Amino acid sequence: MSYDKRHDGRDWSEHRPIECSSGVIPNADGSARFKIGNTIALAAVYGPRNLYPKFLQDPKKGILRCHYNMMPFSGAGDRVRPGRSRRSQEISLVTEKALLPALELNDFPNAVVDVFIEFPQTDAGSRCAGICAASIALADAGIAMKDLVSAISVGRIGEKLVIDLDYHEEALEGTHVADIPMAIQTRSGKVTLLQMDGLLPPDEMGTVVDMGIEACRKVAEFQKSALKNKFSDKNE
Amino acid sequence: MSELLIKERDIVVPGEVLARGMDYIPTSGTYREGEEIMASRVGLVHIDNKIIKLIPLSGKYHPKRNDIIIGEVVDVSINGWRVDTNSAYSAMLSVKDASSEFIARGADLTKYFDIGDRIVTKISNVTSQNLVDLTMRGPGLRKLISGRIIKVSPMKVPRIVGKQGSMVSMIKQMTNTKIIIGQNGVVWLQGEPEAEIIVVNTIRKIESESHLQGLTENIKQYLGTVTDGGAKDSTVEEMPVEGEQK
Repeated sequence: MSYDKRHDGRDWSEHRPIECSSGVIPNADGSARFKIGNTIALAAVYGPRNLYPKFLQDPKKGILRCHYNMMPFSGAGDRVRPGRSRRSQEISLVTEKALLPALELNDFPNAVVDVFIEFPQTDAGSRCAGICAASIALADAGIAMKDLVSAISVGRIGEKLVIDLDYHEEALEGTHVADIPMAIQTRSGKVTLLQMDGLLPPDEMGTVVDMGIEACRKVAEFQKSALKNKFSDKNE
Repeated sequence: MSELLIKERDIVVPGEVLARGMDYIPTSGTYREGEEIMASRVGLVHIDNKIIKLIPLSGKYHPKRNDIIIGEVVDVSINGWRVDTNSAYSAMLSVKDASSEFIARGADLTKYFDIGDRIVTKISNVTSQNLVDLTMRGPGLRKLISGRIIKVSPMKVPRIVGKQGSMVSMIKQMTNTKIIIGQNGVVWLQGEPEAEIIVVNTIRKIESESHLQGLTENIKQYLGTVTDGGAKDSTVEEMPVEGEQK
């Protein structure tokens, strides 16, 4: 079976519809909602704040802690067991590593910035949606950042290189599917996350990453307008 | 030749290029990388000749020397008090800076300030590791008794204070209340219960409308409608107000 047309009618290099907004959680110091297709990420940032236990403190710079969590009802029908899992811990870690190069935490020795990312609904590409939401929320919290971070997944279905796979495509049977979530710093284009699941001919890697960088730049425009809208509403 | 890519009062996001070329100088909230000057946080652009600055729109308070803040005593130790500053760092008020009167060694420190007390205090020093020292020596620095405390965004404090304290003294006069605004975004107010509610609403209004042109006029009008124009003579408390709008 060959996959020669995307099941939702998208172009091969077209991402799912994106909606995003900032300041959605009043209690948090910064927050954001990022929706791409049927995947929804909510991010809340608290801090910089005091960090205990004390042995976790770093006297040279502030630290970043990310918490990735899928809500029990967020999957395709099966209940996601609440609490930490091997998968969620790994994704928390890569999210942290994807965001950290953009942050400027030297002014906050011994302090911590906590980022909580929750998913009310998922349809693949959740770590990318989480990184996008977290990046907006961090900027909204007024934390010094060199750059915004944008993320999207790219991949290969059969012979085709594609942008932003959803769950149907990721789990497609009878074809080889490669899924490559990636994140870049928006302005500089430096890659901060690159993972792969599946098989991909080595010579196509460069092409697919370039496609991803281009798509991330598009995502970045949504992130920027979400941040600007929050404040310019009050400008009228 | 250098070129400017944004206008005065534009809202920018981290990583956005503000200017190209070496003729402009990056200051707070901006950084230079090669030829370009970039924003490092969300803020309003302020250009003063060749100097580019960002006025932050959100964020937590960061302790700064000589700021007058309202803190909460969270612990009493042998040589002083630990005070929460509404920031990532708590501060230390040592016995020798706590009062103009002599406090003997071994005295019961809770007689002066107890856990839960709110104090108006000044930051006397901040170290590189953000250890914060406080002092109670100075005009208007004291323990707060009765009244109510509200928290506002620390970045909006200059708007609530106004130019040379114009905004806050207008509110004080028109509502006949006492108000102290800490630079850390903690505000204390005391007056008739009805007046206190008016002040709280007014401050929330300033917070949400601080981007608008003619803010002072709008607030004056708003206060006029809710206080039936009652500008009675008031006990305007003289507080050294700092960090007012440029």
